[in-house]
Amino acid sequence: MSPEGGAGAALTDRRASRSPEDRRRLALMVAVGAVVLALPLFGSSYLVSVATLALYLAYTGQAWNLMMGFAGQLSLGHSLYVGLGAYAAAGLFSHFGVGPWAGVWLAVVLCGAVGAFIGWLAFRLKVSGVQLSLLTVAFAELARIGFDHLEWLGGPGGLFLRVGDRSQLDLLAFRGPPAMYYYAMLGLCAAALGLCALLLRRRAGYYWRAIREDEVAAQALGIDTLRWKLFAVVLSSTMTGVAGVFFAFYNNSLFPEQIFSFGRSIEIVLGPVIGGLGTLFGPVVGAVTLVLLGDGATEVLTRAGIDVPGVRQAIHGVVLLIVTIYLPNGLWPPLARRLGVRSARL
Amino acid sequence: MPALSHVANAVVSGMLTGTVYGLMALGLSAIFGVIRLVNFAHGELMTLAMYAAVAVFQGLALDPFLTMTAVALAFGGLGYALQRGFINRFVHRAEHAQMLLMISLAIIIGNLLLLGFGPDARNVQTSYQLDSFELGPLLLDKVRVFAAAAAIVTTGLLAAFFRFTLTGKAIRACADNPVGARVAGLPVAHLYAVTFGIGAGSVAVAGCAMVQLIDVTPGLGPSYTLLAFIIVIVGGLGSMVGALLGGLVIGVSEALAGLLIAPSAKSMVSFGLLVLLLLARPQGLMGAGRR
Repeated sequence: MSPEGGAGAALTDRRASRSPEDRRRLALMVAVGAVVLALPLFGSSYLVSVATLALYLAYTGQAWNLMMGFAGQLSLGHSLYVGLGAYAAAGLFSHFGVGPWAGVWLAVVLCGAVGAFIGWLAFRLKVSGVQLSLLTVAFAELARIGFDHLEWLGGPGGLFLRVGDRSQLDLLAFRGPPAMYYYAMLGLCAAALGLCALLLRRRAGYYWRAIREDEVAAQALGIDTLRWKLFAVVLSSTMTGVAGVFFAFYNNSLFPEQIFSFGRSIEIVLGPVIGGLGTLFGPVVGAVTLVLLGDGATEVLTRAGIDVPGVRQAIHGVVLLIVTIYLPNGLWPPLARRLGVRSARL
Repeated sequence: MPALSHVANAVVSGMLTGTVYGLMALGLSAIFGVIRLVNFAHGELMTLAMYAAVAVFQGLALDPFLTMTAVALAFGGLGYALQRGFINRFVHRAEHAQMLLMISLAIIIGNLLLLGFGPDARNVQTSYQLDSFELGPLLLDKVRVFAAAAAIVTTGLLAAFFRFTLTGKAIRACADNPVGARVAGLPVAHLYAVTFGIGAGSVAVAGCAMVQLIDVTPGLGPSYTLLAFIIVIVGGLGSMVGALLGGLVIGVSEALAGLLIAPSAKSMVSFGLLVLLLLARPQGLMGAGRR
C-alpha cells in the first residue's frame, strides 16, 4: 500500500479542509444525480429511450476507456464483446428458457475468456499499436461471419426474443417499462464509474498508466506488464459483455451483421474520445454530447418533415473531427475547468 | 469437388480482381510507408471514386474506363490539397489521434454519400458488361480483364515514377529517413502531399475499375478499408511490391473460398489470414523485419 499512502493522506487533508472546489464538485454531483434519477418521472418515453441510449454508450465507452484510456491498448473491435454477451444470454433464454440473471454470468465468463485469449495471443507475440487494433477488428469480423453461419442462433436472419407484456414490471425476467431499462443502465453506469474511480487509486491504475506512458520503462520498474495489460483487457471485455446482455433484452432482436459490425465498435470508441481519453468522466460527457447533438438534430429534422438517413452519424463524424482538431484532450478537461472542478487527466 | 476448369477459372478471375485490390492497397501502403499515416478513410475514398464514376456514367453516359483518368487526376489534386492543407498539421500527433482523425473523415464521407445518393445500391451497365474472352477452357469476364489491365498500367506508371523521377526518389528518401530528408533540404510537406495525392489517385483508379465488378453502396467503405489493410499486412506494411502480392493472394484466396466453401466464406479466409499473419509474421510476406 506504500505508493498510495502519501496520496491518501493528502486526500484526507483536503477532505477535512473542504475547499470551495470540493463543495462545488459535491453540489454538481448532487444536481446531476437528482436530474438523472428523476428523469423518467418527468420525461416522455422518447426522452427516456434517448437517455437510455446515452447511458448505454457511456457505459460501453467506460469499459473501452479502461483498456485504451487507462492502459493504452487500442481496440477497434469491442463490438465483439457486445455481440458475444448478447448472443450468450439470448441463446440461453430462447433455447433453454434461462433468464438474463443467469445468462449474464455466461456472458461474463465467455467475454472474459475470449478477451483473455485475444489479449494473451497479442501481448505474448508483441502485437501493439495499429496491428493490435487491426487484430481486434479481425476477431470481431470473424465473429460476425461465424454467427452468420450459426443457424442455431438464427444466422443472418436474426435471433428474436419473446417479448412479454411491456407494461408489467417483471424484474426476474428483466421485462418492464422503458424506465426499468433506464434505471438498469443507470445502475451499470454508476457501478462502472465507481469501479474505474476505485481502480485508478489502486495499484492497477498506477501500473496501467505507467504502461500507457512507457511500457519498456514500466517493465524496467518490475511491473509484470503482460499480466496488467491482460487484466485491463479482461475487465474491459467482461464489462462490455454485460452491456451486450442488456442490449439483447432491450432490443429483443439480434443480427450478426449489425451487432458485430465495425461501425458498432467505432460507436463505442466515439464517446470516450470526444469526452476525453483516459479521464473518468470523459466517456459520460462524450456519450451525452453525441446523443444530444446526433439524436437532437435527427429529431428536429423529423419534426420538420425531413427524413434523411445518415444525419446522426454524419454529425458524430463532424463532432469527432472538431474535437480531434481543437480539443485533443477531449471535452471534459476544459469543461471541468469551467465548472471549477478538478479534471487532471488521470 | 468442382471441376478443374472451374477451379482454374476461379483462380484466374481471382488474380484479375486481386490486381485491382493490389492497386487499392498500394495507395494505402504508400501513404503509410511515407507519411506514416494510417489512412482509415481509404475505403471511403474508393467509394467516393465509384460514385463519381456512376454519376458521370448516368449524366454523360461515359464509360468508367474513360472517366478513370479524369477521376484519378481529380482525386490526386484532392488528396494533395487534403494532405497539404489539413492532415499535415497532424503528422506529429500520436498514432491513435491520427487514426481517429481519419476515422472521422471516413464517417463524414460515408454518411454524406448516404445523404446525397440514398441507401440503394448503384451500378454501371455497359454494353460489354456480360461479355467474356474465351481462352481455351478459361472464360475471362471482359470487365475484369479491363480492370486488371488498368490496374497493371497504373501500377507500372507508379513504379516508374518512384524509380526514375527525381520527385519519386525524393519521396522514397522521405520514407527512409524523414529527418535526413529535411536536413538535405527536401520539401517534406510538399512530398507528403504528393504521396497522399498518389495514394488517392490510385484508389480512384481502383474504384473506377471496381464499379463494374460490384454494386456500390454508401456503406461500402469500411469493408474495403479493412480489405486494404489485410492486403497491406499480408504483403508487409509500407512495401509496394508486397501490396501487389498481397492483392493477388487475397484475390485468389477469396475466389477459391467462394467456390470451394461458400460465397459468404470469402472474407472469413481473408480475416483468418490477417489474424495468422499479424500473430506469426507481423512484418508481412515481403517485409524486411520487425519495425
